[in-house]
Amino acid sequence: MIASVPAGLILIAAGLVAPLVPRALRGWLLLAAPLLAFAQLLALPVGARVEVEAFGFALQLVRADRLSLAFGYIFVIAAFLNALFAWHVRDGVEQPAAMVYAGAAVAAVFAGDLLTLFVFWELTAVASVFVVWAQGSKRAYAAGLRYLLIQLGSGMLLAAGAALRYAETGSLAFDFVGLGTPGGALMLLAFGIKCAFPLLHNWLQDVYPEASATGTVVLSAFTTKLGIYALARAFPGTEMLVWIGTAMTAFPIFYAVIENDLRRVLAYSVNNQLGFMVVGIGLGTDLGVNGAVAHAFADILFKALLFMSMGAVLLRTGTVKGTDLGGLYKSMPWTAGFCIVGAASISAFPLFSGFVTKSMIMVSAAQEGHAWVWLVLLFASAGVFHHAGIKIPFFAFFAHDAGIRCKEAPAHMLLAMALAALLCIGIGCFPAALYALLPRAVDYAPYTASHVLSQLQLLVFSALAFSVLMRTGIYPPEMRSVNLDFDWSYRRFGARLAAGGAVALAAFNAAAAAGLGGAAARVGAWLQGVHGAEGILARTWTTGGMALWVALMLAGYLLVLYL
Amino acid sequence: MNPDNKRYWLDEPRNVTRLYRGLWGIGIVLVLLDLAVHRHAEAGFDGLFGFYGLYGFVACVALVLAAKLLRRAVMRPEDYYDR
Repeated sequence: MIASVPAGLILIAAGLVAPLVPRALRGWLLLAAPLLAFAQLLALPVGARVEVEAFGFALQLVRADRLSLAFGYIFVIAAFLNALFAWHVRDGVEQPAAMVYAGAAVAAVFAGDLLTLFVFWELTAVASVFVVWAQGSKRAYAAGLRYLLIQLGSGMLLAAGAALRYAETGSLAFDFVGLGTPGGALMLLAFGIKCAFPLLHNWLQDVYPEASATGTVVLSAFTTKLGIYALARAFPGTEMLVWIGTAMTAFPIFYAVIENDLRRVLAYSVNNQLGFMVVGIGLGTDLGVNGAVAHAFADILFKALLFMSMGAVLLRTGTVKGTDLGGLYKSMPWTAGFCIVGAASISAFPLFSGFVTKSMIMVSAAQEGHAWVWLVLLFASAGVFHHAGIKIPFFAFFAHDAGIRCKEAPAHMLLAMALAALLCIGIGCFPAALYALLPRAVDYAPYTASHVLSQLQLLVFSALAFSVLMRTGIYPPEMRSVNLDFDWSYRRFGARLAAGGAVALAAFNAAAAAGLGGAAARVGAWLQGVHGAEGILARTWTTGGMALWVALMLAGYLLVLYL
Repeated sequence: MNPDNKRYWLDEPRNVTRLYRGLWGIGIVLVLLDLAVHRHAEAGFDGLFGFYGLYGFVACVALVLAAKLLRRAVMRPEDYYDR
């Protein structure tokens, strides 16, 4: 029975019902829904299908294969961790919207056709913007609007791409697409927006720092990884992705080093980690695609953990600015510890999750003869340790003591962080469990003496570089600032262009009014004559006359209709 | 600033220096292990002695210096977009 209800719809239903149930029950409902969905997924065999007939198309609501199941599992786990972390949030918008958002992402991953994919693709955009707006500030509202425009834009591109594809192939099936056709190109662009390709990326850094302490955690899990899933399904082996992904790993880390808002630093590192996955998909080898899926799985967990630790800091201190924080390990030792686990995982320390997933992509790049790509990825690996692995915990919890004394994070937050940390370490120590879920056959052993040693050397000397730069005072201090990125083109240049256009238009109107002033006055006099107090249209009419005119008008409509 | 007047282990600059020296010690041991561990190089040139340590160090210093330059070009006041 339950096996025939798509897991995503369970979460969506729970999210829609949640605002209606009493506040005391709401938290329990939102915790129970992902558990139920997880049980449903475990019962779902590879190859299962749920099909319905709608709009004259045979739609595939559920297509369970190894790729969709891997993303389905991790999305449902992320939904549960988020519900636990946000246990104290009982307003009727944020967490219910978060659950609809999670459900839409799960449903999109299982969609077997482009129409179903499009519907849930748009639902993730609409539901997630309510998570942003629930924060309540004017800044969050504005950032949410920009975010919604871009996300809906991605949906439009997907719809157009799907329509072209239908015209090209006569089928709506969502399988390998490739870049050969205009429909494929539009779809790649749609997915590229969700994956935050270079120049399409700023929605991510724009909106993640504006959502609430709990909202950003849920945002970090789904949208970008849904994009990665779609790329892995439709564009594996597309060489252009290797170059796009390589650029994505490298450029955000420069911004991350000079960014003051620690959640925006993490948003830049989301960008950087997505780059690794895009490279893996672009390589298209078994190892590369497996690596991309495995890294997406691990990334959802360690990124959620890092955003949770910063969310806890935001909740307790009211800020996540590097300039205002420091020394928090004295007040929040557990949060600091969990943050360090997340930092070690994203930095790919041996025994932590990133070590067993990111390396698959790098080895595949080297095997395919992409020496330069490999060197950039290695640079980005050192860089991610530098800005996410060291900078985040260092400026929040250590550095100079900012004098903030607060309470440790609440118990449910600590529990959610502990679970996420446990999963990060579990994957790092027992990678075979994760490898068993991957879409293709795995022939890779992460724990060789050579790999462990080279990774430790890379990380220890990156840490030494940080220490030397810190002690010599060369390291750039945290500063209250905004760093211009590509979003300047629409937030400032585009806005100025529009404002300039409006001024020019007003001037034109004034000139035109002056020139046509005489004519306007004559029109005014005529209007006065017709509509004025003594005008023909201002007279009182009899009811019978009105009825006659209405009957004539209706007769006129009928005539027009049948002509 | 230290409102509760409690001295933590890391509050002593001496201990921070100890950590710093310890990290150098670990780094040197790791590089020397290159002589003992048989490497199967991934990209060819990474089998060279000390490659990963040197690359990690140089990459991070270059990253920070470049980011400092980037700041000159892109840094604006915090309320830049609110004005």
